Amino acid sequence: MSDAMLFGLAIGLPIVAAIGVTLTRAYPNVREAVSIGAGLGLCATVIAIGTRVLGATAEAGGVTHVLQVLPGLDIAFAAEPLGLLFASIASMLWVVTTVYAIGYLRGNDEPRQTTFFAFAAIAIGSSMGIAFAANLFTLFLCYEALTLATYPLVAMKGDTAARRGARTYLIWLLATSVLGLLPAIVGVHVIAGALDFRLGGTIPARVSDDLVLWLSILFAYGIGKAALMPVHRWLPAAMVAPTPVSALLHAVAVVKAGVFCIVKIIVYVFGMDLFSAADTTDWLVYAAGITVLAASIIALRQDNLKRRLAYSTVSQLSYVIMAAALATPLAMTGAILHIAAHALGKITLFFAAGAIYTAAHKTRVSELNGIGRRMPITMIAFAIGACGMIGLPPTAGFIGKWYLLAGALAAEDVFVLVVIFASTLLNAAYFAPLIYNAFFRREPAADVHASAAAHASPGGHASPGGHGEAPWPMLVAMGITAVGSLALFFVPDLPLAIANRITGVLP
Amino acid sequence: MIELTHMPALVVVAPLMAAALCALIRHSRLCWWLATLTLTFSCVCIVVMGRAVFDGNVLSYAMGSWAPPIGIEYRVDALAAFMLGVVGFMALIVHLYGYRSVRAEIPQPLQGWYHAIYLLCTAGLLGMVITGDTFNAFVFMEIASLSAYTLIAMGKDRRALTAAFQYLILGTIGATFYVIGVGFLYLQTGTLNMTDLDTRLDGIMDHPGVLTGLGFLIAGLALKSALFPLHLWLPNAYAWAPSVSSALLAATATKVTLYLLIRFAYDIFDFDIALAQANWSFVLFVLSLAAITAGSLLAIAQDNVKRMLAYSSVAQIGYITFGIAVANLNSLTGALVHLANHALMKGALFMLLGGVMLRLGSVHLSHLAGIGRQMPWTMAGFVLAGASLLGVPGTVGFVSKWYLAVGALDAGHWSLVIVLMASSLIALAYMGRVIEMVYLRERPADAPTVTEAPPIMLAATWLVLAACIYFGLDTDLTAGLARAAADSIMDQPQ
Repeated sequence: MSDAMLFGLAIGLPIVAAIGVTLTRAYPNVREAVSIGAGLGLCATVIAIGTRVLGATAEAGGVTHVLQVLPGLDIAFAAEPLGLLFASIASMLWVVTTVYAIGYLRGNDEPRQTTFFAFAAIAIGSSMGIAFAANLFTLFLCYEALTLATYPLVAMKGDTAARRGARTYLIWLLATSVLGLLPAIVGVHVIAGALDFRLGGTIPARVSDDLVLWLSILFAYGIGKAALMPVHRWLPAAMVAPTPVSALLHAVAVVKAGVFCIVKIIVYVFGMDLFSAADTTDWLVYAAGITVLAASIIALRQDNLKRRLAYSTVSQLSYVIMAAALATPLAMTGAILHIAAHALGKITLFFAAGAIYTAAHKTRVSELNGIGRRMPITMIAFAIGACGMIGLPPTAGFIGKWYLLAGALAAEDVFVLVVIFASTLLNAAYFAPLIYNAFFRREPAADVHASAAAHASPGGHASPGGHGEAPWPMLVAMGITAVGSLALFFVPDLPLAIANRITGVLP
Repeated sequence: MIELTHMPALVVVAPLMAAALCALIRHSRLCWWLATLTLTFSCVCIVVMGRAVFDGNVLSYAMGSWAPPIGIEYRVDALAAFMLGVVGFMALIVHLYGYRSVRAEIPQPLQGWYHAIYLLCTAGLLGMVITGDTFNAFVFMEIASLSAYTLIAMGKDRRALTAAFQYLILGTIGATFYVIGVGFLYLQTGTLNMTDLDTRLDGIMDHPGVLTGLGFLIAGLALKSALFPLHLWLPNAYAWAPSVSSALLAATATKVTLYLLIRFAYDIFDFDIALAQANWSFVLFVLSLAAITAGSLLAIAQDNVKRMLAYSSVAQIGYITFGIAVANLNSLTGALVHLANHALMKGALFMLLGGVMLRLGSVHLSHLAGIGRQMPWTMAGFVLAGASLLGVPGTVGFVSKWYLAVGALDAGHWSLVIVLMASSLIALAYMGRVIEMVYLRERPADAPTVTEAPPIMLAATWLVLAACIYFGLDTDLTAGLARAAADSIMDQPQ
């Protein structure tokens, strides 16, 4: 198969799936089968692209031009290692989330289920476009498509809170992209005369430091999806969405698209040499470091579980930005590993939060005392995910942090070291008590009676005196991502190979 | 083989004659078919002429065989061909779309008349573009305007009468200003022919008489094209007019006067010399920015969706004049391409609202709650056109915005790029209100169930929407022609 066909499949399959899902909306089982089938097909496609990229010795693959919109503005796709990583994460977790969503949406009897499956598919198609974009214009096109495709998902519940949350979501993401990202792209177009990604940078090395400063500001805040404070407001607002949406988009597709874009732009537009050499780019390290700490502190104070997870995401995303902003090979390796590790860990946490909501109808951290006895599988998965956030072995989170630390030490950057240590403590502070309480505290007596009286739990195994675990598709999905998070610790070959391709740090 | 010689005349004369014929027939269905044939013929002529002038040729046609400076000249260059295409095709598609809408919104005995006046208006608009004679342009302007007032007033809504009257008063003032301007220029140069005027104005562009004439011209054309703060006639006229009239006028009427403005500012006068001297470029610049912001902000406050779109038009006109005022190749290309692009998206939006009007009998925001599920194609189109209005990449709106932004950068205005982008975000506020209402609210239990708009209306509208996407991705035709046109009028030998 030619490259062009593979890219066509990667972007086309989800779009076709969205149409298929809409057409089969009267038959939920067929509809879900279409989603899962397309997801598996997409995984196969991404693997096929991956074997080409990683198999080739030189910088792989040619550029597939689709069409020229304006002189200098091409829609074109090309595969490179970083995009491959993002694409494989998004495509594989799409399948898992679809399985999970079957349990969640049916278990909670959510309205507009077809909307979820159709727009999730379009969002994944847009993510594939972002992953394989060969230039900034194509990237921007797919970036905006992703924003628009996810808006209906955030607004899915259709009540006042959902409308308000979705509005915040859309305005922040569109405003940042139009006010920051687009002017930055126009700027690159004027300065460099080209928009395509080149290893080593599109921007000529002779540009002034001031220009690099302005462009880096426009890019860093223009890519609102990376949630660098203060443009993170949309992320907690998006938590009004049903949990599968939060899991897929706000742990994987959308936020990972954000940090992926930042890493990609530092590596392929600025070039790592230019970015680390310029004196005026240090601000990004500090901005990201402050976001890491501030978001952790806010997360500590959140009682709503999903909001706590959302602020944790803000904090973890800035890890990636901070590592990428150092722009040294070791730190960049850390950034790339952390993209993968955080995706697996955070989606597990969201899956668990949704399972708790489905089985127990609880959304608050303070209500979770003793829930580990009723839902052991869920809470064990949650614990694994939390370990990944803190960066404890044996989870993938540890490896990312390891390289980041190594990078900071090599660069002798005290600020980064302090941020890493402080945030590790903070992460532990907002996850550890929760897990402890879930397993070792007693369930409040009122709760036992209430659930015994209500008796009917929405699906799941009936255990004496109230709810048990969530429906099995949710447990399966959660199990896969939790095990994946552990597996990545022992076999981090793929992300390491990808990082190596970009930074050349390992033999 | 199609004969090119007489096409510049035929393209205008055909709808003019057909209009007279329709007025005699007055049978609704028959008139519709006649108008379809005529407008198709005009479009064919436009395509043939467009192909002939695309590479820089100019078609000149001497009316009644009187040689140009004396007689009336019809002149087709790249700019005129571009504009003819916009007007001709939008008029044809909106007319096809009107098959059902006119029958629903115009009283039965008037339907034949309606088609006749529609043709007359189209002939006037085409004439304004194709003529190379400043006074003849005034005549066509009056033909187009008078028929436009009628098109607005012919609906069943009585508020349209006052709106049309308001438009008539202000439109007449605008046209009068225009003709006074032409008179001043005639006094100074002794010619009405545009090409001749161009040569004779060389060296006397700073003459007080010429500058006075230019002032009248710009003020008159600004009033006719509803440049803020001279936009007062527009919202009511668009809001209460029958759907077909709104769609036609929104897509073409203001665009054609803007075309004349560009023709005068760049082709006949030299923008840098004449307009900069009297500070016209600065005034235009400030008014454009004011139009963009004020129009968008006023749009947010509207509860009638047609009125909202009308205010949005005020803002979009600001983008076009912005491109004119920045005055470099990229910005002028942006202005020209936005003439076409805005015609497409605003035309589509008004056409979609026509479908809503037909089924729901209202376009008030609160009545639209939850109709997204009952009219899926109409509302999906609304989202698409809205995205284009916002300038989402992959749609025509982005192409315009890109050229305008690059033009502003070329002129060294970094901050303006941000202003331009920020203002386009206001469109999100007003379009978002409608989209939230349509999709995220439940249809009230006591509200009537509506069905999807008739197939012919949807087909015509989706043709325009498809163009919104197609020309957002493949810009060879629109941006290519606009670039050629901008090139040809900016590189006038002095």
